[in-house]
Amino acid sequence: MDFIKGYHRANGEYGIRNHLLVIPTVICANQVCNRISQTVPGTVSIPHQHGCSQIGADKVRTFETLAGTGKNPNVGAVIIVSLGCEVIDPHELAKDIGTTGKPVEVIDIQEVGGSVKAIQKGIEIAKRLRAELDQQPIVNMPISELRIGVKCGGSDATSGMASNPALGVASDILIEKGGTVVISETTEIIGAEHVMAARCSSKEVADKLYHFIERFEVEINRMGADMRGGNPSPGNIAGGLSTIEEKSLGCISKCGTSPLVGAFEYAEAIPGKGLYFMDSPGNDIECVSGMAASGVHLVCFTTGRGTPTGAAVIPVIKITGNERVFKSMNDNLDVDVSAMLAGTLGLNEAGESIWQEIVEVADGKETKAEILGHQEFSINRIGPTL
Amino acid sequence: MAGEVVAGADALVVDEKDHVATALKDIQAGDTIHYRSKDQLVTVVALDPIPFGHKVALVDMEEGTHVMKYGEVIGRATIKIERGRHVHVHNVEGIRGRGDQSQGA
Repeated sequence: MDFIKGYHRANGEYGIRNHLLVIPTVICANQVCNRISQTVPGTVSIPHQHGCSQIGADKVRTFETLAGTGKNPNVGAVIIVSLGCEVIDPHELAKDIGTTGKPVEVIDIQEVGGSVKAIQKGIEIAKRLRAELDQQPIVNMPISELRIGVKCGGSDATSGMASNPALGVASDILIEKGGTVVISETTEIIGAEHVMAARCSSKEVADKLYHFIERFEVEINRMGADMRGGNPSPGNIAGGLSTIEEKSLGCISKCGTSPLVGAFEYAEAIPGKGLYFMDSPGNDIECVSGMAASGVHLVCFTTGRGTPTGAAVIPVIKITGNERVFKSMNDNLDVDVSAMLAGTLGLNEAGESIWQEIVEVADGKETKAEILGHQEFSINRIGPTL
Repeated sequence: MAGEVVAGADALVVDEKDHVATALKDIQAGDTIHYRSKDQLVTVVALDPIPFGHKVALVDMEEGTHVMKYGEVIGRATIKIERGRHVHVHNVEGIRGRGDQSQGA
């Protein structure tokens, strides 16, 4: 069996990183969280715009994204910072994340008496938890426990011709080894859903996929808007993509050729092993944040135009099939498969090189996004602000 | 899904049903484009400049034709497109995600 280095969690899961995560329950707690994470090395924060004036499914979505991020196996311990009067209940959040068995502490800014005291208390807790995490042993993690997200962003024509099909080969390798792949971006399978549906392992999975797409298209129709200009984006169009259908057909090859065994809602926990679909917008940060909340260990991100995208609790490996962009944005990009377009690199060979990078990053190698400290985080929102 | 590129090709055809090929380099109007179709080496003369990553028509298409790439429909020709023309948002439109064409819009 293949093994990589990991951290064994109390609930039996394995992490490939050992983050101490500081979660603001609400925008009002962002600054306190940022000061704590800036002061204690090895601590990450996920500032966001939500957590209050939200109701119903929208409130649930924020809660589940925060809870899922805390439960991600790359997180070893969590500090939750609440203002004290928001709709997201910090103690409910702590209880939910605590089901994983990892340490979770709560700070209430109103209760402790303001930002300064909350920051001081947070720093003390963070130092203690960080010291505990640093004592945690590194163990052998079976590669079959690895869960990856596959995402494309800043696409151009090279994405559909080179980087996505090559990533598809790597996706197939992981599934063959017993691992898990999550593909997402509901708006970017519009026009290619019949191809995806034909690969579903059951009618129920296909029906759910069609339900997610219909829900999005109904919303677009309700707005009376043309998707073009928004998706494909101006950059996609400059890169040669003419329609959403063309973009989608280029997108789906990144999840390989395995059967699609399930589909789930944004930020919902991945239900099992194999290839899954998660409902999400194509928006890079909202999608990657949702994947992290669903429990992926890392995301493989293809781009033709180039992007700095990283994520708070998971590594993001960036892959391009555009030689010019690999050179001009080398700070941000990890893998170059552009030789596929010169005919000097075969599809399987390119896929193997991506697989090699996945194994190395899972084993501890830092991605460019990690080195640069890219920790983008954004929660998908579905309701009005009250 | 994508076909593999033959070294030296100027454009890539993904599926034999496709109406378009994707340029693998910047092409000027009047250039001869070499591409592979069903294992044959074929040429088409560009009638427009075709930037890297953009599409060239391999067949004549009437207005309303469902344009094929990846062996699937990527949109509809909004005007007549001749073989060798640049195929992009000026002559192809998406059929899906068109709230602007929905009832009541």
